[in-house]
Amino acid sequence: MERHLDEEMEIVKNDLLKMGIMVEEAIQNSIEALKKQDARLASKVISDDERIDEMDNQIEEKIIDLLALFQPFAGDLRFLTTAMHINSELERIADLTVNISQRVLELSEQPMLKPLIDIPKLAARAKHMVRESIDSFIKHDEKQALDVILSDKESNQLRTMVIQELIYDYMVKDASTVTRAVPLLLLTRDLERICDHATAIAEDVIYMVQAKMVKHHRADLKKPKSQKAE
Amino acid sequence: MTKLYMESLKEKSPKSTIDQSTIPDAIQDRGKSMSDKDKQKKDSSAENTKRKELTENLKITVRNFNFYYGPMQALKNINMEVVTNTVVGIIGPSGCGKSTFLRCFNRMNDTIADIRYEGDIHIDGQHIFDKNLDVVDLRRKVGMVFQKSNPFPKSIFENVAYGMKINGVKDKNKIAATVERSLKHAAIWDEVKDRLNKSAFALSGGQQQRLCIARALAVEPQVLLLDEPASALDPIATSKIEELIHELKKDYTILIVTHNMQQAARVSDYTAFFMLGELYEYDQTNKIFTNPSRKITEDYVTGRFG
Ligand SMILES: Nc1ncnc2c1ncn2[C@@H]1O[C@H](COP(=O)(O)OP(=O)(O)O)[C@@H](O)[C@H]1O
Ligand SMILES: [Mg+2]
Repeated sequence: MERHLDEEMEIVKNDLLKMGIMVEEAIQNSIEALKKQDARLASKVISDDERIDEMDNQIEEKIIDLLALFQPFAGDLRFLTTAMHINSELERIADLTVNISQRVLELSEQPMLKPLIDIPKLAARAKHMVRESIDSFIKHDEKQALDVILSDKESNQLRTMVIQELIYDYMVKDASTVTRAVPLLLLTRDLERICDHATAIAEDVIYMVQAKMVKHHRADLKKPKSQKAE
Repeated sequence: MTKLYMESLKEKSPKSTIDQSTIPDAIQDRGKSMSDKDKQKKDSSAENTKRKELTENLKITVRNFNFYYGPMQALKNINMEVVTNTVVGIIGPSGCGKSTFLRCFNRMNDTIADIRYEGDIHIDGQHIFDKNLDVVDLRRKVGMVFQKSNPFPKSIFENVAYGMKINGVKDKNKIAATVERSLKHAAIWDEVKDRLNKSAFALSGGQQQRLCIARALAVEPQVLLLDEPASALDPIATSKIEELIHELKKDYTILIVTHNMQQAARVSDYTAFFMLGELYEYDQTNKIFTNPSRKITEDYVTGRFG
């Protein structure tokens, strides 16, 4: 039976998908701006964030309405509470792209410290993780969500590598690099936090599908359980 | 009705949604000292607590129970346990056997011709279908309130006193005290104390329903059976009944049939889902409404059929 609530949940799903695409674009643009030292593009990321904030409010209001009006249970309830979390995770990711863009603006006045290789790699990872986590939500795919969670380790390693290089190969050796190294260091940390938010989304997806809390319980992660008994 | 709930909070220590064992002792100790029961809880997970309740503190057990109206089997191999002082919500589509099931516990079905049952129901370890059991005693112990309030065409006072009188209580003071206590317990005393001798029919639907609950309470039952007690009431009267149920479970074990899923979710500790005479799922209420084990339960609670 197709229910009115199904239609409404489909709308929420689509809105979150759109928001996910906008957020991916923001990650992409902020890192393009960094690579090309493009202050205009960085400013665009900052001003576009308003639209994402607006969207965040609208989606949240919509979900609160649905909770109040339909008083959903079971799978419906898990879908809507998960959607609510994902909405705020996406909004925070967008805020981090604003931070990154502000660092880009600081850097655009000065020559680049070094050719950037690992930072764009980390950015590509972040973007990929966001895409995969949203995709796992849309498809209710716990396996895909699990892959996102497990891949977070590599982004942590990459972040540590980049930061250590900035500190020991540049800042420690030559104090005059600090003004150019610190913004890179900060934005590296922001990229890694984007990966963390994608991981949080994936954890929510696992809750939605399996009704199992995995956040803060990484050790409990297991392969997907079988379908509900008929 | 808000008041009732607040009072109950004062009496017990307020529950926390946080599992107490996750709170470091240093912080825990800053709070009120824990009762022994809470300490026990701290040591065991919610799952263990539930298991413990289920094995140590049972009011009712139903074993391999079948019920027939003539050739028609209305209940099929029901097995369930009810923990003392909890509320069990019984849900399921119309005609699935909820009322029939409820009427088994005080043997109200016995009055219907051509019925038959197999299997056991025990209340406090006593087999309720035992030949030697006094059905009047059973009905005193297991009170019932129906969907349509059915006060007798008598005064408010007489309605509540009725059960005691037919049980042979003569002491006028005792009767008056019990009437007052029952009306208070049913959260209707303040509304009727100045007109106890007026006809019960002068009360509103919601008041009549609480009067019927008071009448059931007056004979000091241990188990209360409520068959859609609020389905004919407006939202305010309904929430009064719900608050009342929340209060009453301190002293009674309650089985409530309801068509209102939100109501089952709000008032019950355990929920039983029936369909076509079978008990499909029986679990803690939060489990049934956030993550039922069976797909058919999920389909029912999310309104995909029924
Ligand atoms: N007194 C009766 N005689 C014969 N059949 C009955 C009687 N009462 C109920 N039934 C049948 O038993 C089934 C369960 O009814 P009931 O217990 O009233 O269901 P519910 O309360 O879930 O709506 C239905 O098919 C109903 O028609
Ligand atoms: Mg019925």
